[in-house]
Amino acid sequence: MYIITEGGPRALDLNFTKVVSERSGQEIEACYQCQKCASGCPIAEYGDMDTNQVLRMIQFGLKDEVLKSKAIWICVGCETCGARCPNGIRIAAVMDTLREMAIEEGVTPAEKDIYLFHQCFLDSVKSHGRVHEGTMLMRYKLKSGHLMDDVGVGLKMFLKGKLALFPHSVPSKTEVRRIFDWAKKK
Amino acid sequence: MKLAYYPGCSLEATAKEFDSSVRAVSKALDVELVEIPEWTCCGATSAHATNHSLSVGLPALTIKQIQKMGLDCVVPCSACFNRLKTAEYNMIHDAGIRQEMEELLNFKFDGQPRVYDLLAYFVEKIGLPTISKKVQKPLKNLKVACYYGCLSVRPREITGIDSAENPMQLDKLMKALGATPVNWSYKVECCGAGHSVAKAAMVTNLSGRILAKARAAGADAVVNSCPLCQTNLEMRRSPGEDLPVFYFTELMGLALGLPETRDWWSKHLVDPSKLADSVQAGATS
Repeated sequence: MYIITEGGPRALDLNFTKVVSERSGQEIEACYQCQKCASGCPIAEYGDMDTNQVLRMIQFGLKDEVLKSKAIWICVGCETCGARCPNGIRIAAVMDTLREMAIEEGVTPAEKDIYLFHQCFLDSVKSHGRVHEGTMLMRYKLKSGHLMDDVGVGLKMFLKGKLALFPHSVPSKTEVRRIFDWAKKK
Repeated sequence: MKLAYYPGCSLEATAKEFDSSVRAVSKALDVELVEIPEWTCCGATSAHATNHSLSVGLPALTIKQIQKMGLDCVVPCSACFNRLKTAEYNMIHDAGIRQEMEELLNFKFDGQPRVYDLLAYFVEKIGLPTISKKVQKPLKNLKVACYYGCLSVRPREITGIDSAENPMQLDKLMKALGATPVNWSYKVECCGAGHSVAKAAMVTNLSGRILAKARAAGADAVVNSCPLCQTNLEMRRSPGEDLPVFYFTELMGLALGLPETRDWWSKHLVDPSKLADSVQAGATS
């Protein structure tokens, strides 16, 4: 089966539909495009396609388009769409699966800063067992190049004792590291 | 009453006033909080957004620690609550995940749900009559927009909240403290959450709109239960907007007449002390 896209006819990858459904545990085929999800989506205007369109593209097996989209990264996981879906599809869980698949397949994230933030956050958890906001934000700034963003408010937080200079590591971080290693191998 | 306490990473840093007020209010309600020894991060949005196994494994470690303590556990942060409750829910309802976690963490899960959102615990378990009785300075004349956000609300089958669209537990608590909750339609809208750093302009629009709607409904302040919502609502707003934002435990402390409140106000990025003083003055007149 083929679908006509803006870039010409494309073969449908129906295995993609099956894999996303299984991994997310959501019945994506049940979506009948009522658009209730997109209507209530707080970040709809910031992505490159609407929530219902992502579901439609999964149904069509348009793997590349979906995994390369901004929409999967810009989704903030507020779960509003899932709470309102008449077919009970937890779309936030679908978005989690899509991001995970994009990472596994080495697709360059369409929203690099968002992925970088997640990486810096998790690196901090792995290092200390807890997030240390001060060093985590510094690392994000250095890696993203957004050095001057929020400097004023950062200083205000520091002066109010809300950003500690040094991380507080807990001994149980060894358990945390073991969980990270296990999750990476899976 | 003795409860296990999971503060979470934010309450050690950007949300210190939430932690202080949680501890002070619990003490005033004769609740003894026992902090989970060596608790670790729940993984937050970054884990579930990028690695499903990590998003269950990290909170499952805390579930193991809570079971060891044999106590119900209260979680003030909406985001931590959501991650811990989701992991607990999955371990109760999915035999595969349960077995996987038991093997990974070398323990036997007893299937007992023990994770509670602190706000829900106060309202449903401690009870509003008990809280009302402790009120020394009712928050008369305080009109407040109760902001629930996302993660203590959705998905409802996991959070167990009364309604996914119009929850009332915070409204009821505020009434019990003598305040007047306003009617508004943004109580469960998203503030932009974890995108605050990477997508600041977007979050400023989302959080700014929530504040504007609270103001339009006639609120003197917003009250909430999430460190990330609090930070976004205080930090990501239009220049000149000065609507104060409180943690629910801070307003409880104010109504209970606790002496520590001033220390909490000094931690805020938007100073709420003027409003707090006028509310207190109204309470004693």
